[in-house]
Amino acid sequence: MTPPTTRDTIFARILGLIAPLNKKGVALTETTSFSGDLEMDSLTVMDLVANIEDEWDIVLPLNMLPELETVGQVADAVARLAK
Amino acid sequence: MIDLLDKFDPIAGERQAYLDAGGRDPVGVVMTKVLSPTRAVIAGRETILMGTYNYMGMTFDPDVIAAGEAALRDFGSGTTGSRSLNGTYTGHRACEDALKEFYGTKHAMVFSTGYQANLGVVSTLAGRGDYVILDADSHASIYDGCAMGNADIVRFRHNSVEDLAKRLGRLPPEAGKLVILEGVYSMLGDIAPLKEMVAVAKAAGAMVLVDEAHAMGFFGEHGRGVTEAAGVEADVDFIIGTFSKSVGTVGGFCVSNHPKFEVLRLVCRPYVFTASLPPAVVASAATSIRKLMHGGDKRARLWEATRAMHAGLIARGFTLGTRTAESAILAVIMPDQATTLAMWQALLERGVYVNFARPPATPTGVYLLRCSLCAEHTADEIATILQAFDDAATAVGVDLRAAA
Repeated sequence: MTPPTTRDTIFARILGLIAPLNKKGVALTETTSFSGDLEMDSLTVMDLVANIEDEWDIVLPLNMLPELETVGQVADAVARLAK
Repeated sequence: MIDLLDKFDPIAGERQAYLDAGGRDPVGVVMTKVLSPTRAVIAGRETILMGTYNYMGMTFDPDVIAAGEAALRDFGSGTTGSRSLNGTYTGHRACEDALKEFYGTKHAMVFSTGYQANLGVVSTLAGRGDYVILDADSHASIYDGCAMGNADIVRFRHNSVEDLAKRLGRLPPEAGKLVILEGVYSMLGDIAPLKEMVAVAKAAGAMVLVDEAHAMGFFGEHGRGVTEAAGVEADVDFIIGTFSKSVGTVGGFCVSNHPKFEVLRLVCRPYVFTASLPPAVVASAATSIRKLMHGGDKRARLWEATRAMHAGLIARGFTLGTRTAESAILAVIMPDQATTLAMWQALLERGVYVNFARPPATPTGVYLLRCSLCAEHTADEIATILQAFDDAATAVGVDLRAAA
């Protein structure tokens, strides 16, 4: 079943998907960045993207990633695509 | 002034710390003499080469060398020009003819490296509004081809037919699609389930490109690669390959039966805006490709050596990337970077060269000692290498029972 797609629920669910990868327990906010704060390498980010795509049955092309630096920006992109 | 190199300080620091601790630089190996496809002198020691991709041992083939020498003498040391201007000699055409004959295709286009072949073909075929659908473990040259182009890039889970089908199903039916697969994935040496994947791609209306860099010469009846072995040649639109592995020189190519293929020579920037291969290189390559068509004995020897090496490493308790020898690449999985480097150095000190490989080149964060076999590896050399692995593991203190 596709989860509800309000911006808030999307944001909360993305935090859930990031949690297992957040090895240092960084506090997750709208402005937490994947490379800077979470220190994720490109492979980890791409695997996370695959999980996000599957969660909402959307396509989040890899060429969009440079514009998605923070958790909030990813939530915005998902909210736009998951309609 | 901001020093633009500062951003690499963590990488430089990690390397310096390793070197300061007496480690040997895994990217600093220099071969002072090359004695054969399987032997070289490194730091004054005769070393068995076990990580060169020289699968068919063509680098010292007398006919290949003679062809190169003759072309060097008759056509000079370089073309000093693009294929599109003054850089196409009769040898470049002859090399493309050899490829057409080898693959049984109507078209062949030779690039100056395999990297440029992927960079050029991927970035040119898929444009704005099109989709490239690639395996997560694709080679850097494929990712870079995607980055250079304007298509939307969709990545599927490595070798998962189901995941490929799912991601294709999310794309607009009317959009152009290019599915990119590799016959052999070079890090773990596993092969793609091409029959199933090509069927899924075709069902979704996608064109299919297969990179056969690590398969040319010894998969399929004619050595055309995993595509031939899987019986899907008719459904694969483009094959990318390289001369720097089985062929034994340097260069890249794309072969195809597509009726409009030749236009790529006009629009593919990594083909147009670089100098063509030197005459000696294309002459050697053409001769090697023609010999590979009749390389049945070498193929058999390569598979025999690979299976012996795989069985020997498993018997000694090493963990490999594949349960059986799927290709001529055997990836020995190591626990961490320090152990991998220590093992790599201990092997080199015992006269065996393998590749050290680490993330992000490797998938899922694994550290590898990567071996690639050659048809010219003898049974004695395999035995020597296996003994060296044993001794190195003891010296380094690798717990093989824990790893197995």
